[in-house]
Amino acid sequence: MAHLDRLSGNEAVAVAMRQIDPDVMGAFPITPSTEIPQYFAQYVADGKVHTELVTVESEHSSMSVCIGAAAAGGRAVSATSSAGLALMYELLYVAASSRLPIVLAVSTRALTGPININNDHSDAMGARDSGWIQIYAENNQEVYDNYVQAFPIAETAGVRLPVMICMDGFITSHAVENIEMLEDQQVKDFVGEYNPEHFLLNSKQPLAVGPYDVTNYYMEHKKQEAEAMKDAKQAILDVAKRFEEMSGRKYGFFEEYRMEDAEEALVLIGSTAGTAKAAVDELRAQGRKVGLVKVRVFRPFPAKELAQALSRCKAVAVMDKCEGFSACGGPLFAETRSALYDLENRPKAISIVYGLGGRDVSTTDIKKLYDRLENIAETGETGEIYTHMGVREA
Amino acid sequence: MAYQFKKELEKPERFVGGHRLCAGCGAGITCRAVMRALEPEDKAVITNATGCLEVSTFMYPYTSWTESYVHSAFENAAATCSGVEACYKALRKTGKVKDNFKFITFGGDGGTYDIGFQSLSGAMERGHDMVYVCYDNEAYMNTGIQRSSSTPRFADATTAPVGKEIKGKQQDKKDLTAIMVAHGIPYVAQSTFIGNFKDLHEKAKKAIYTEGPCFLNVLSPCPRGWQYDTALLPKICQLAVDTCLWPLYEVVNGEWRLTYEPKKKMPIEDYMRLQGRFKHCFQKGNEWMLESAQQYVDEKWEQLLEKCR
Repeated sequence: MAHLDRLSGNEAVAVAMRQIDPDVMGAFPITPSTEIPQYFAQYVADGKVHTELVTVESEHSSMSVCIGAAAAGGRAVSATSSAGLALMYELLYVAASSRLPIVLAVSTRALTGPININNDHSDAMGARDSGWIQIYAENNQEVYDNYVQAFPIAETAGVRLPVMICMDGFITSHAVENIEMLEDQQVKDFVGEYNPEHFLLNSKQPLAVGPYDVTNYYMEHKKQEAEAMKDAKQAILDVAKRFEEMSGRKYGFFEEYRMEDAEEALVLIGSTAGTAKAAVDELRAQGRKVGLVKVRVFRPFPAKELAQALSRCKAVAVMDKCEGFSACGGPLFAETRSALYDLENRPKAISIVYGLGGRDVSTTDIKKLYDRLENIAETGETGEIYTHMGVREA
Repeated sequence: MAYQFKKELEKPERFVGGHRLCAGCGAGITCRAVMRALEPEDKAVITNATGCLEVSTFMYPYTSWTESYVHSAFENAAATCSGVEACYKALRKTGKVKDNFKFITFGGDGGTYDIGFQSLSGAMERGHDMVYVCYDNEAYMNTGIQRSSSTPRFADATTAPVGKEIKGKQQDKKDLTAIMVAHGIPYVAQSTFIGNFKDLHEKAKKAIYTEGPCFLNVLSPCPRGWQYDTALLPKICQLAVDTCLWPLYEVVNGEWRLTYEPKKKMPIEDYMRLQGRFKHCFQKGNEWMLESAQQYVDEKWEQLLEKCR
């Protein structure tokens, strides 16, 4: 039976890992994800898992270990943040193109330049085009639930792509919340046994992984990978349905909050949704028609479904906790506005970059943003499309 | 049973022909010889760093390897192998894998001495049961003969060219074998292609069948980079050991042992003369280069003899 426990986001992920009992973990410390391998190392030391913990000398090697282990036929996991994810960059593509269902927990953090250990989404967003499925959480419960769903999604035949389970560094990774836990056996049954049809350690049939892929083949392989990412959409929904049957908790590509008749909406990712929901409730109490869409699945991007969810809105603000340096808005904005293009009556859309390097965001900030959207809805004038929120003016 | 070259060659090949390595390339010879040392009843997973060997032996959809094989990137062959080996341990625990597997990694000097050095050092320190084989051809050959930390002093390389002011590489070759010995691993050896391949075969066998991390450094000449007539390959290897430039030795649990002592130590210029990369060393006015190269070899050889005593 399910029970409540008080856990940080990192510990919740570590517990989910223990319940899954993967074959190999590649581990390297980096703030704020460090606790995950720490907790897990204790499980290994206490004999609670059969996992081989490979305490490597860099994140580049931890992802390499995962690639080797997954190709060998096992379940492989790792955890990282920020510069660690950046160091893995080359191998993220190798993992995805080799179709290895690795699961990587990311406690998201700003990228160095200058160094900053606090939360934003620059790290995970930088890896958005690497061929990994990306699932983001608002809170501890969600990151735990998402983690439990990760392997079944990754291992779905026709998908076979690695999955990043992202939570906001410190805000989610370190804050302690009450979580409804699943029993170990429930998780084991839900995730099931992993028996890949091809693997390096198959003594009956050797396997070769990671070829030099010449022009005659490369594009076909990339197309297959792209198709797999498209197929991942259905797998994500199927796994979510199965998860709901087990846990009673419902998940989709995104969460619509008070969107039923909303004319002004925010689109955002992660823990800020909690703050924004409080602001929505306050404004709703005043009779304002406001709502928000919290994106859970960023890769594959649910373009059609998101456009549909926003189709009745007059004005939309897309909030990126990441600077894309495109000079025309953040990555979530680019995807969302592109999705809106196919609507016949599309809402006006603006890009808000916020919360970089841990810059706080309050309900007051969010309410001001809704005021701006109300003005856009009333006047039809978008004004400046791409702005930064919460920046101290000189 | 005593080593019999003929018998060894009768074994089924585990690194087969049809690959695209150059004629006279040392990398293929190294792989073939190392794979022969694997007992027929044992299986292996091969890990390969990016390089000539990888792009020439696993070009989709063909492979020269009869064993399972994985390549992921240039600088992480040892870490990738670590993952495979760790997974083997885990799957043995759960009973999903029952057969004996050996884990052999091949990397060139670029992927071993330089960009893959951190990954190699980490894997050796962690104690994975694996063999790392460096086919050392003393430059980045796959990208077109750029200098590496393994390139010997004075050698002509495309990023350390012979010019009017600077004549080839200015630094001595990194002594990676000694660095690997300093990791305190159970078996480290240097070899190359001599006579009936007994030296390489026996060392490969020891490296594969010694439990724990082992390192084998095999001088593997490159006809393009070293600029020699392919038929001269055996002679160049023989001279490399007879000049004591590339001594054959092994270090078993910290004990250094010479496995070959030349009857007559040959001058280093005999070795250098056969290779176009050292051509400038034989020009008038550059005699000091040959003297300097000889002095370096002599010093290193004396140091090695001291360690082996």
